[in-house]
Amino acid sequence: MLEINSITKTYDTNPVLKDITLSLNQGESLGIIGESGSGKSTLARLILGLDSIDEGEIIFQGIRVQHKRNSLKKVRRHVQIVFQDPASSLNPKLPVWKSVVEPLENYPDTIPLFLKEVRNNKELMAGMLFNKVGLSQELLERYPHQLSGGQKQRVAIARGISLQPALLICDEPTSSLDVSVQAQVLNLLKELKRDLNMSYIFISHDLAAVQFMCDQIAVLKNGTLLDMFRTEELFSEIRHDYTKKLVGLALKDIL
Amino acid sequence: MKINVQMPKAIKLGIKIKNENHMIICGLSFLTVIIFITLLGPFIVPNDPLSANMSERLASPSVTYPLGTDHMGRCIFSRLVIGAQATLGITGLVVASVVMIGIPIGLVTGYIGGRIDSVIMRLVDGLLALPEFILAITIAGFLGPSLINLMISIVFVKWIGYTRVVRGIVILERNKDYVSAAKVSGSSNWKIIRRHLLPQIISPVLVLAALDIGKVILIISSLSYLGLGAQPPAPEWGAMLNDGRPYFQTVPELMIYPGLAIFFVVLSFNLIGEGLRDKLDVKRH
Repeated sequence: MLEINSITKTYDTNPVLKDITLSLNQGESLGIIGESGSGKSTLARLILGLDSIDEGEIIFQGIRVQHKRNSLKKVRRHVQIVFQDPASSLNPKLPVWKSVVEPLENYPDTIPLFLKEVRNNKELMAGMLFNKVGLSQELLERYPHQLSGGQKQRVAIARGISLQPALLICDEPTSSLDVSVQAQVLNLLKELKRDLNMSYIFISHDLAAVQFMCDQIAVLKNGTLLDMFRTEELFSEIRHDYTKKLVGLALKDIL
Repeated sequence: MKINVQMPKAIKLGIKIKNENHMIICGLSFLTVIIFITLLGPFIVPNDPLSANMSERLASPSVTYPLGTDHMGRCIFSRLVIGAQATLGITGLVVASVVMIGIPIGLVTGYIGGRIDSVIMRLVDGLLALPEFILAITIAGFLGPSLINLMISIVFVKWIGYTRVVRGIVILERNKDYVSAAKVSGSSNWKIIRRHLLPQIISPVLVLAALDIGKVILIISSLSYLGLGAQPPAPEWGAMLNDGRPYFQTVPELMIYPGLAIFFVVLSFNLIGEGLRDKLDVKRH
């Protein structure tokens, strides 16, 4: 479904991503783990065409991601994102339901199965999406500053799933939330994944969360792909030293 | 862009101002009275503002002439009331055009960036290097004295400030996640500008405009005073100041009345502008 072929990205003179090659099959989820500055979020922006690729190519369902309106519009029909900080990913001047249905406005021909009956009514669609992410209908008319962090992130997730995308990129979706809310949001994401048959690219520095969500894990450090393996092989002896170090740190956190 | 911040003038007048709401209410009530008088003008003026009566020149206030007459024997009160239409009307038109020009240019240059932005911003920097009042005088003088040319010259120097403010906000906002999210949602550039960026600039522009109205009135009056704006015998406050100048020592009322009129209008707009700025918590750009 998604193929990333030896892409390189440089900001000014700093290389952010060096020769990354990855692929993802339909229905599978990929976790990308790495510390801050490892290039995780840049990779997400490149897949969505928010930044341009210096070298290499990204191909999604046979469409090359490049800065042409048609290409981007087609790709974004099937690839959506949930950003790290819901406080900045929702327009503060719009009632939240308007943010939620924005993708549905822009793709009038897309009819997600779970919105089939209400496709021509924006308010009802927003209501259905709120149900899906476990938010009360009373919050539809609120503005972002009137919601809690967890509620805002649920709104952002509702926007992310509104087109029933094939791939949802979650860029550290829980790292700006309280610990108690993190688990709820992770459970919601896992449930939605099964329910809507989506793939995830789940970006995080939290190994436990990635292990919980994904079938495969890629380890990034300073823009280089160090290790890539199936989740069940996480504790295998052949893991890269850096991966072992991350596992060690995560275990220490738990204990 | 620097917004000229003065102490609220009402404090100097001894009016007690507790918070921004009082400032806005105070400014709005002044303004309502002024607009009311302006609109009713033609029905309440006791005399024809243009009819000269040389036998009654420089008369003191009387029942016929509530504020006396000027050097041509014209009723000062009538000229003030009718002149308000010219002064306020031109100001309104100028500020509206400036906003209409400044906002789109700022939005587009700020959002698109790149070469268009560089070209327009160098032009703007060039214009900003010259004092705006001198520039307005030069352009108005170059185009020749008339009300239309006066308006053109003021619009020409004023759009810059709005463009800069709007561009600054857009540059700040365009890299935020909600704009990225809108792009990923499939929104066109036009939709992002209209739906996501335009609402962010409304309050700062509103504040800037309210504070600027006072300045525009002063520029109009100053240019008219210099003979570059309203042409005699048309009544306009700045032109009236100019007319009264030769009599400043003998009959200062000729300048005091239009001066007070300008003062109150500028004061009320400044009160509204500063009140709005505090209320909407607009950061200075």
